[in-house]
Amino acid sequence: MAVSKKYELKIGPATREAFGKALVEAGQKNPNIVVCDADLSKSTNTHFFAKEFPERFIQCGIAEANMVAVGSGLSAAGKVAFVSSFSAFVINKGFEQLRATAAYPNVNLKVVGTHSGISIGEDGPSQMSIEDLSLACNLPGFTVMAPCDEVSMKAVIHLVAEHIGPAFVRAGRSKAAHVYEPGTEFHIGGSHELLSGTDVAIFANGLLVAEAIRAAEILDAEGVSARVVDLYSIKPIDRAAIERASQECGAIVVAEEHLKDTGIGSRVAQVTAETTPCIMEFVGVDDTYAESGTPEAVVEKYGLLAKDIVTAVHKVLARKKK
Amino acid sequence: MTKTSNPAELAEISKRVRRHIIEMITAAKSGHPGGSLSATELVVTLFFDIMKHDPANPAWKERDRFILGKGHACPVLYSTMAEAGYTPIDQLNTFRHLGSIYQGHPDVRFIPALEASTGSLGEGLSVGLGMALAARLDSNPSRTFVVLGDGEIQEGQIWEAAMFGAAHKLDNCVAIVDSNKIQLDGFVKDIMPLDPLVEKWKSFGWHVIDIDGHNIEAVQKAFHEAESVKGKPTCIIANTIKGKGVSFMENNPKWHGTAPSKDECALALKELA
Repeated sequence: MAVSKKYELKIGPATREAFGKALVEAGQKNPNIVVCDADLSKSTNTHFFAKEFPERFIQCGIAEANMVAVGSGLSAAGKVAFVSSFSAFVINKGFEQLRATAAYPNVNLKVVGTHSGISIGEDGPSQMSIEDLSLACNLPGFTVMAPCDEVSMKAVIHLVAEHIGPAFVRAGRSKAAHVYEPGTEFHIGGSHELLSGTDVAIFANGLLVAEAIRAAEILDAEGVSARVVDLYSIKPIDRAAIERASQECGAIVVAEEHLKDTGIGSRVAQVTAETTPCIMEFVGVDDTYAESGTPEAVVEKYGLLAKDIVTAVHKVLARKKK
Repeated sequence: MTKTSNPAELAEISKRVRRHIIEMITAAKSGHPGGSLSATELVVTLFFDIMKHDPANPAWKERDRFILGKGHACPVLYSTMAEAGYTPIDQLNTFRHLGSIYQGHPDVRFIPALEASTGSLGEGLSVGLGMALAARLDSNPSRTFVVLGDGEIQEGQIWEAAMFGAAHKLDNCVAIVDSNKIQLDGFVKDIMPLDPLVEKWKSFGWHVIDIDGHNIEAVQKAFHEAESVKGKPTCIIANTIKGKGVSFMENNPKWHGTAPSKDECALALKELA
């Protein structure tokens, strides 16, 4: 047996870098795009946009709550405002403003949170965002996207720039493995089946997509046929892909760099409960804050590697057999 | 609507607006009369004299924009907009009822002519500054006016916005603090003092004008001065009386968020005849 497709998973740029570059392209296409940052432009990579379009870059200083609401004002007055900071700051410090000035009046604001998850490593939990997808999904009307590599991030930035309505996009700090070929198409509400399989389906996003592919390769050697689906669109979510996996595989593992209790796992489980119930296991951060360390050491200690997905698959398959 | 710069006419409109405020809050059996009555001359003077806008064309790109940061005082905004012809006067008494366009706090989903949904305090100034910035980027002459409560400016975001407005030299934005000295739990000076208020805004880089917010000529003069100031935003500290115009409501924290009974309503309307 062999996996349905071989992925090289060569290391590529971080999704935050892809975001910064895509923003320049989007800015060239649409002169109405403006970008706000809260003194982190060199880290979020909005500095590329600032250099290209200084008059359309708005430095907000270290004041995320104000930045979010300023962005809402810009968008309400006809601009397409992107506001960006570390995900932990823009989502947590700006959450009330996202709720009251963007979601509730349905303003065309774009929010990009970089340095998401725990793979930022050394900076530690104060900078780690492990609750952002959950919080973003708690904003009615928001589109929520979590792309995994350079190609998908660029596509997603163009998608949300053209989409009318508020959106949150999650980006990471560390270099991300290439998963997609240039030219791959993405849709709000879509997903991509990266590997076909029938024994179990692994749904992942962001950093965990490459880990899910690696897990599928390990499982393949054990004779387990694992489907891998990149759920890059969190809201809306690809219900059809989830229902299909539930029916065809009868076992699902969801893997994410997020608090396990409140992340996309819950959303996937909700869809299966509403359509075809199925046995599930979850890989994520387990009701705790992580700690400083190299990104590799941190994701290993907190259980976000291919081997952790394999363990979850073993568990779910054991339950499936009962 | 007919605009006017005549203070006597603006005072007449203010009186009608005050009557609407009392009647709609009485009909709703809930709402915030005190801070609506304190801001009446400010809001009426903006809509009927100062702002460039067209109720027949609320989406006009070059319109001036108004945001009520202290969204709970929406009876003054709804009444003024209704008097200006944006929304029906005869529906004001549906305020706070299910399905009414006159929601408990301003909601753009129900009245698209509102510039912002407010009610969660401290956020309107940031939104207004964003709108002012958009106007400047578009070389649009539109100006933005944001009415804030004095209690509201205890919110930290206001001071983030104050720094932002000065840093970006947003002289097309005017903040008006309806300084009625009372908030829900009591007097501002006892809850969380703001003094020295003028110095605070000055030190944040704003041009500050300190006026009697019920003196229509002073209010007009302040808005004209604000328009002439370049390179920095203006903050008008409007010293007002909470509950202004209804003797038993004036300067009494009770009337921050209490609806008058039918008898009290009748008494108030008699004073506002």
